[in-house]
Amino acid sequence: MNTENQKALTADLDIFRGTDERDKRFDTFKVPFQQGASILDALIWISDNLDETLSFRYSCINANACKECMMLIDGKVEYACLKKLQDTKSKLEPLPNKKLIKDLVTDIVPPKEKYSFE
Amino acid sequence: MEQLNTDVLIVGAGAAGMYASVSAAKSGAEVILCDKSLISRGGATVMAQMTVAAAIGHQEADHWTHHLYDTIQSGQGLCNEKLSYQLCKNAPDKILEMRAWKTDWANDNTRIRQVLAPGHDVKRCCYVDFLNTGPAVARTLRGEVAKHKNIKRISGITIIDLVVKNARVLGAIGLNTETGDYVSFAAKAVVLAAGGLTQLFARNSASKNMGGDSHALALRAGAKLIDMEFVQFFPIGHLAPRLVGMDPIMWDPFRYKLGGKLLNGEGKQFIENYGGEDGETYKVGRDLASYAILKECEARRGSPNGGAWLSFQHLSKSELENAFGPIIKKLASNDIDLTKQSIEVAPIAHYHMGGIEVDESMETCVKGLFAAGECVGGANGANRLSGNAIPEAFVFGDIAGASAAKAKAGTNTLSDKDSKVALSCAMSSLLGPLSGNDKSQKQTSRHLLHSLQTLMWENVGVLRNTQKLQTALNEIKRFRNDVFPSIRPAHGTAFNTSLMDWLDLRNSLLCAETICLAASERKESRGAHQMEDAPFQSNEFTKNQIISQRDGHLVSSWKAVQKLDFILEAKSLAVI
Repeated sequence: MNTENQKALTADLDIFRGTDERDKRFDTFKVPFQQGASILDALIWISDNLDETLSFRYSCINANACKECMMLIDGKVEYACLKKLQDTKSKLEPLPNKKLIKDLVTDIVPPKEKYSFE
Repeated sequence: MEQLNTDVLIVGAGAAGMYASVSAAKSGAEVILCDKSLISRGGATVMAQMTVAAAIGHQEADHWTHHLYDTIQSGQGLCNEKLSYQLCKNAPDKILEMRAWKTDWANDNTRIRQVLAPGHDVKRCCYVDFLNTGPAVARTLRGEVAKHKNIKRISGITIIDLVVKNARVLGAIGLNTETGDYVSFAAKAVVLAAGGLTQLFARNSASKNMGGDSHALALRAGAKLIDMEFVQFFPIGHLAPRLVGMDPIMWDPFRYKLGGKLLNGEGKQFIENYGGEDGETYKVGRDLASYAILKECEARRGSPNGGAWLSFQHLSKSELENAFGPIIKKLASNDIDLTKQSIEVAPIAHYHMGGIEVDESMETCVKGLFAAGECVGGANGANRLSGNAIPEAFVFGDIAGASAAKAKAGTNTLSDKDSKVALSCAMSSLLGPLSGNDKSQKQTSRHLLHSLQTLMWENVGVLRNTQKLQTALNEIKRFRNDVFPSIRPAHGTAFNTSLMDWLDLRNSLLCAETICLAASERKESRGAHQMEDAPFQSNEFTKNQIISQRDGHLVSSWKAVQKLDFILEAKSLAVI
């Protein structure tokens, strides 16, 4: 197998980590590249194999039904379940216009569906 | 710990939970509707792309007694017929109520379109085009829930345990996943509506949230489970190439409508070799199709990824475009062109017939504790008729909500001390000292979940036998006793996925053991429970199996099947 092919077998993901401005950083993860796989597949692979503390929202696993996995992928708002994994580098960040909770998780819960103690 | 007080706490906000909340609110109760994901989005409902069975008779003469007859037939002697009766008799009203609430059922003006589905005697199944039934239903109910001021909706609450005193539920403790704080809920009644458990199997059509939460909560609270051995495997779930943006069971209606050909690895039709009649009819039952595909794989005649080929290549491009509508574009975005290629399909865990044992008001044997939706056992017996899952969610949700609203407070109410005791009980295994062996293990909840899923798929899946079940049972006990206690997620932080996974796994391990135990006690083959070393149905097993927990151990017992208290007349239909 030549070097060209070997390169194509992994993808690099630069992922935003942290809970606020003070502790933010980017972690780079190398994931196996599979034709047709989604960014969500890659995130799940990272949780399974590299870092189970990586936080991102999803429920329906690639059916694009729950609409929970919206994030910033290379600067554009996308569903991680629909966006195909590239055999190059991608940058993943939380939604910019929502309050950050942790890593790729932002506060997308509608105001009337939030926990409140009264 | 912060405590919220309400009349009715509903756990799970899919179709069943939302319907229950509306029905309880209409009865005047204060309701808290919570979900560990987002309201209306996290469970099976929003993923359901298929049809909803109800005898509304808009296309052909129909009557609920016919739907009931078909449901009981499909259940192969094990339906709790009183629950099946509730389901079939009330389904038409619910479909029409949903229409009044603006669900856009496919229609020809006033008449809702209904299609034939396997096992139904007439065109009975309603749908929303194209493959949009679940999302449409979820949207309608979410809007309806929002109209009631006495329903408080809370996304991001994982219920950890119910609090029970003297066989009466007092409320629940939970984790606020968004903040990492623990919270408690005092309630006169609790409705469990958190869906099924098909996520326990490596190949499944589940969302991440379907790991058996309701069942585990009920069992630990002292309620009983029924028919846990019956897991429905859907024969032609999508296997390859990678397909994202679609529910993996999407191929079925197209195969049915267009005559998609099921071929083995050698490109030959094979269903006939197993006694099925596939030919030009494509009506072979789900259980036989699943069996045949896996047997071909065993004989090394499977498709490359361990399934069968599904081919639509006998159809022209325009025929495909007409039938698939906008779906063709979604397939194209996945680089799938059905005129040029076949796709691979394989059986996947799709639905669970078993569940929490309830009476006709959806109440369990624990006072004030109700269940609704897929987590209820009994209505579908040993095999569910296609189209019965969504009406079950509507009907049982409606009944459970109304019943729960009537529950009177007991003499005890939830105290802060009760909640703290319950929490420390649930989390005790996180707090004890690690044994020497444990420290060297680097297990995570996700690793153990994958081991469990593989174990369940290989040993407790479509093809079972005594030895496989024993292996699985031993292994699950080892997982529960030796491996799980060594996993120590941190707590107290916002969106703590390690702790959320740990809580899910705690429930899934318990549920897996109930399924294995129940499957090994049913020494026959019936419906979705197929034993290779006991391949026949046996009359002595025409009874329901109950799993309960006594002194921390799971116990199996049997009870007579609940029959109708009237005679279901031979089929006859009036003309519409």
